[in-house]
Amino acid sequence: MMAEQGRHLLAQQGPAASVRRISGLVLRYWYVIRSSWPRTAELIYWPLVQMIMWGFLQKHLAQTTSLAGKAAGIFIGGVLLWDILVRSQLGFSTTFLEEVWSRNLGHLMMSPLRAWEMGVALMVVSLVKLSVAMLPVMILANVFFGFNAFSLGVAFAIFFANLVMMSWALGFVAVGAVIRWGLGAESLAWLIVFVLLPLVCVYYPLSTLPGWLQPVALALPPTHVFEGLRSLVLEGRFDGQAMVIAFALNFVYLTAGFWVFHHLLEVARRAGSLVQMGE
Amino acid sequence: MQRAMGAALLAAVGVIHQSERCLPTTRRKIFHSMPEHAGTGGELSPAIEVRDLRKVYGGVVAVGGISFALMPGTITALLGGNGAGKTTTIAMLMGLVVATSGTVRVLGADMARHRHHVLHRVNFESPYADIPMRLTVRENLDVFGRIYGVKDLSQRIGEVARELRLTELLDRPYGKLSAGQKTRVSLAKALINQPEVLLLDEPTASLDPDTADWVRSTIEAYARDRRATVVLASHNMAEVERLAGRVIMLERGHIIADESPQALIARYGRRNLEETFLAITRRRDDDSLVAAAREDER
Repeated sequence: MMAEQGRHLLAQQGPAASVRRISGLVLRYWYVIRSSWPRTAELIYWPLVQMIMWGFLQKHLAQTTSLAGKAAGIFIGGVLLWDILVRSQLGFSTTFLEEVWSRNLGHLMMSPLRAWEMGVALMVVSLVKLSVAMLPVMILANVFFGFNAFSLGVAFAIFFANLVMMSWALGFVAVGAVIRWGLGAESLAWLIVFVLLPLVCVYYPLSTLPGWLQPVALALPPTHVFEGLRSLVLEGRFDGQAMVIAFALNFVYLTAGFWVFHHLLEVARRAGSLVQMGE
Repeated sequence: MQRAMGAALLAAVGVIHQSERCLPTTRRKIFHSMPEHAGTGGELSPAIEVRDLRKVYGGVVAVGGISFALMPGTITALLGGNGAGKTTTIAMLMGLVVATSGTVRVLGADMARHRHHVLHRVNFESPYADIPMRLTVRENLDVFGRIYGVKDLSQRIGEVARELRLTELLDRPYGKLSAGQKTRVSLAKALINQPEVLLLDEPTASLDPDTADWVRSTIEAYARDRRATVVLASHNMAEVERLAGRVIMLERGHIIADESPQALIARYGRRNLEETFLAITRRRDDDSLVAAAREDER
């Protein structure tokens, strides 16, 4: 039997308590974003540069090749969707790194915050950072190059959801590695997503990959998203079945990602690495 | 009947701890004879109960099977040189490190399995864990207050700021404060939830004597007014002598002394705790050197 809770504290069990703790942590990251305009500018900088570069390339190709002229929006669309995956994963992982850099992790790990609540807070903040980074870039893509991602309608929302889910799965693995191995694993948080770049067919169709590599690519949800974008832009066809497969795969990856994070956290508790990280 | 006997035994442990006259071996015998759930939730339950706690890192014993019980409203100091096992013990008390074997119960909860049942009633302060630099003092207290589920949070932030003389600093970023001001903010964070168990790791490290004295008075007053159980890890023997009613001295992960500072000083015939600490650690070092030399001779 646990001793009774102090009267000066709110209830600690149940959904309301979890929401309160999650919102507390989200607020902590919001205060950081709000306090530093260079950080906000940094969020927008790279997606903007990418979009402009690929936008001009697309313009040039449209003037010189018939395929690119027909497929206006493929490159810019690919770049924007790829950046959603990258920015969301980086938003998730670097938000956690803030705790390691500021040596605040010990305070959180010894607080009533649960591991899954920290995970949800990181997801929410990655969405906030993604919105800050991508909304201005999408608007500028429409203004400069006439590519309106929102004109893709529901398909865009489905693409977006799939990419964000995959980014969270990768984020959980990266964060778990940092918890277990400390800042020696920090580069994983920055680079893990790029291992997917050659495999998920961002700029070329699946058929370009050698036959033996195609099943590997199809086991990755973003491949279905980028293939879906091409079939939508080139053929005006939305492949619902591919999206169902992508969601199912994402469910598996997200569950596995959280398991890895949770497992590495428990290993870190046994190894004492959380104490060393605090020092 | 069994409960009454358990309560009587616990009362005995409590009295012994308060009178601080008992030798560690005797205390351990009494402790081990306690029923498994004796006094849980009752007035006389220990706030912290450690049994045969052991932590081994890759073959290196950091904590080698220690046992102690701390009653509510007491201040206990964990002493020992670098690498004695103080930080590992505190980390296990908070559930940050999982023990290799043995148990830690805080406010009745097994910290290996049910730490989330009590972590909102516990807090800690350490110079080795910073709080976010970019956030203002108010924002930091707001965040931790929400995580700990503090009622009437704005009011509580105002109260704790007044108690720790932080009102003028509330809207300044934590990173721009002096070392003394940062310590007061860390203490405010540790007290935001009015914890029943407070763990303090070097609470006055790097403070000037005036601020350090003020911090000690604050800790003393908090423990007295709230009947909080305070565990203090410190290298400052004057601080320990002033604050702690009991000293648990660790060396290489083992308890080598467990009594009141006054009893310990008297037993070793020294003038103060600093001299006593040096006498104990140096004598043991000498003993170890002699033993090693004899081993070499053989």
